[in-house]
Amino acid sequence: MSDQGSASHSARAPLLQAIGITKRYGSFLANDDVSIDLYPGEIHALLGENGAGKSTLVKAMYGLIQPSAGELRWLGEKIELTGPADARARGIAMVFQHFSLFDNLTVAENVALGLDGSESFAAMSARLAQVSRDYGLPLDPKREVWRLSVGERQRIEIVRALMQNPKLLILDEPTAVLTPQEADQLFTVLERLKSEGRALLYISHKLDEVKRLCDTATILRGGKKVATCNPRAETAASMARMMVGADIGEVKATTARAVTVPRLLIRDLSLEPDDPHGTYLRNVGVEVFGGEILGLAGVAGNGQDELFAALSGERPCANEDDVIIDGHAAGHLSVTQRRKLGAAFVPEERLGHGTAPRMKLSENALLTGHAASRMVKHGFVDRPATLKAVDATTATFDVRKAKRDPEAASLSGGNLQKFIVGREILREPGVLVVSQPTWGVDAGAAAVIRQALLDLSGRGSAVLVISQDLDELLEISDRIAVMFHGALSEPVARADATREKLGLLMGGASPESAKEASHALGA
Amino acid sequence: MPLVLEKRAERSAFIAIASPLLAIALTLLTMSILLLALGKNPLAALYVYFVEPLTDPYTLMEIAVKASPIVMIAIGLSLCYLANVWNIGAEGQFLMGAVTGSYLAVVTNGSDVGHWLVIVMLILGAIGGALWALIPAICRVRFGANEILTSLMLVYVADLIMDYLVRGPWRDPKGLNFPTTAAFDPSATVPVILDGGRLHAGVIITLAVVVIAAVLLGRTIKGFEIRVVGAAPRAARFAGFKSDRLVIFTFLISGALAGLAGIIEVAGPVGVLQPGISPGYGFTAIIVAFLGRLNPLGILIAGLFLALTFIGGEGAQISMKIPLDLTKVFQGVLLFYVLACDSLILYRIRLIGSQQKTA
Repeated sequence: MSDQGSASHSARAPLLQAIGITKRYGSFLANDDVSIDLYPGEIHALLGENGAGKSTLVKAMYGLIQPSAGELRWLGEKIELTGPADARARGIAMVFQHFSLFDNLTVAENVALGLDGSESFAAMSARLAQVSRDYGLPLDPKREVWRLSVGERQRIEIVRALMQNPKLLILDEPTAVLTPQEADQLFTVLERLKSEGRALLYISHKLDEVKRLCDTATILRGGKKVATCNPRAETAASMARMMVGADIGEVKATTARAVTVPRLLIRDLSLEPDDPHGTYLRNVGVEVFGGEILGLAGVAGNGQDELFAALSGERPCANEDDVIIDGHAAGHLSVTQRRKLGAAFVPEERLGHGTAPRMKLSENALLTGHAASRMVKHGFVDRPATLKAVDATTATFDVRKAKRDPEAASLSGGNLQKFIVGREILREPGVLVVSQPTWGVDAGAAAVIRQALLDLSGRGSAVLVISQDLDELLEISDRIAVMFHGALSEPVARADATREKLGLLMGGASPESAKEASHALGA
Repeated sequence: MPLVLEKRAERSAFIAIASPLLAIALTLLTMSILLLALGKNPLAALYVYFVEPLTDPYTLMEIAVKASPIVMIAIGLSLCYLANVWNIGAEGQFLMGAVTGSYLAVVTNGSDVGHWLVIVMLILGAIGGALWALIPAICRVRFGANEILTSLMLVYVADLIMDYLVRGPWRDPKGLNFPTTAAFDPSATVPVILDGGRLHAGVIITLAVVVIAAVLLGRTIKGFEIRVVGAAPRAARFAGFKSDRLVIFTFLISGALAGLAGIIEVAGPVGVLQPGISPGYGFTAIIVAFLGRLNPLGILIAGLFLALTFIGGEGAQISMKIPLDLTKVFQGVLLFYVLACDSLILYRIRLIGSQQKTA
């Protein structure tokens, strides 16, 4: 396999070469002498943890930033990209992880905004329909974007890129927002683009995908290139080691776990969204037992944010008994009152929601601790108590920071997330609701956090984990339910929860049909 | 070699203190240029402005008397601004406090009712200012009306209400038709605490307000709430703090303090209710609040400094024929530089290009 790969390399000249790319931000080296060759007809993976420098490198290749040192060669000739328009003119297209679409405009209008406007709107719409049909990416040009699912929105971005007939297509973590089935469809499209002789640069940290799809992989760590390898000749574990630079410890559940009574009940919860493009919650109902972790899967934007706000009390529920915490009807209670009942919450956004970025850690400990952690006496803040909470969290969860009590924004993502999760877990909550616990967190910190969640449930707490990362949910959950269009499926025991079955539920199949389908797949 | 603003990882504690000083230095430089353009000797003028008032016990007391209302209003405003609530109408709340407090002085005029009168007047003044501030607060919470506009517009309404009262029902019958109430009785007057000047008991109240505000902001959960709501609204909601309630709270407090400053001014140094009791204290306090870094102690220092410019400006007008309006120019320029220098707390200026040579 690898011989064949190198044979094809020698036969063809690289399309784009990045040679010794270095990018400096202040004293920080985001890229340090990184070189990479992209060949036509090849899918090249760019692997690395968050902060490894993947985004910086592709931004340089797409003309969004100028490297501090190093050069780009296009078909052997040195080039300097003045901006994304320059890159597009040469045949480089990019699909970003975060879509740049206007919700209130139609598909065709959004695509038109990204093109140079040299053809009429009607001609452009026709070409859009043609391209989307040709590549099996069905899209209705006249539909408004806010009516579309995340997968469909991504299709717009891909079709928009393909309409420029690119020689090189860069995709930044395209499967992060897709169900497994949608990802499969995407891979078919990417294989076809490859067979047409285009070069693809595929950014990801999902190793199974890379092994399946990519011909070559370049691995970055800490801004430096660690290796270029043939992913099919490597194991997922060997690539993970190169990405992280160390072996990642596996998380283990406590063996003797007693599942007790339901400690968090959500009963027939329906709620209107508070913003026009939000999701209605429709009769959401589930029980989370003491001693278990219930995973809540689903593609982003299917009502997870709305459910989190209704559970935390940031938005009051319609009925008092929509949410029951340890036997107390909490639907009308405030965040503070719910915390006093022994509930704790970890939101998805670390900066600005979970913490006040420009405030010290001790103040951020007070943020959620003022309710029930004896940090306030007669209206006065007990500062030593808040500092003690910071020290305890630091020690227990290995939070790395420059000084004892820095501002929240100065911590790295992984360390801040350890602080936020640790802050809640050290209160020994009876009920913990946590959203995207390891989103954008390095592998080491993710393992610490997952282990802490398992340990908490082992001590008898009910833990609800909302996550888009199926691997994470399959690793730590006892049962998994799926959110789709604001409704929640029946939970599935982990033993029965295959990726196929969950994927179908994430795409809106009913539990019965999902069961049949997964039987059929198994047969 | 272009200049870039680069975000700092953490706010700079040094610049946070140095920025107002830098702003003052830049203001002095600008003023010197202006004074030169006016054909005055800048050094002599700046001496009259900033040094001469400090050499005489009487003017020192005048500075304290002048600073007292500004500082008291600015303390209230700083609570609003920390919570991202933009009360621009302190001037109106000041006037309404003066009006409501004066009511008792007017109706009891000539009948000696005892010294409790002035205390009740101060309380009434604070209530009057608070109620006036409640209007924009409720408009914002209930109807989403922008409090900057509503609070500012209410300044002119308050001004006209006072104007009507002193020209109509409350006018001094023996006042030769001047628009003013009768001079307040001694029992309706804030007592002077030092002989040989106008230093009055209101100054002590202002100092107490500064201390209480410092404790509130630094030590209490309410102060924490104010700071979080302003700094990170979503995190504040997650903490369980209700921003609507805080809008009402901060408006009430700042209105009460402005109203209290108003009635102290009328029942103290001025002694009657009449148009022109405020040379724009409510607006000057906005400058003082920011110049003092929205910090109580900083506001005290900034208030004294601004009072110095008022007193010095009067001196400069008399001795050097420099227009009094230059004092307002000075204050405007100062606010401009303060806001500009503040960006250095979160950002640093770097020459790009120099870095690459070292690389």
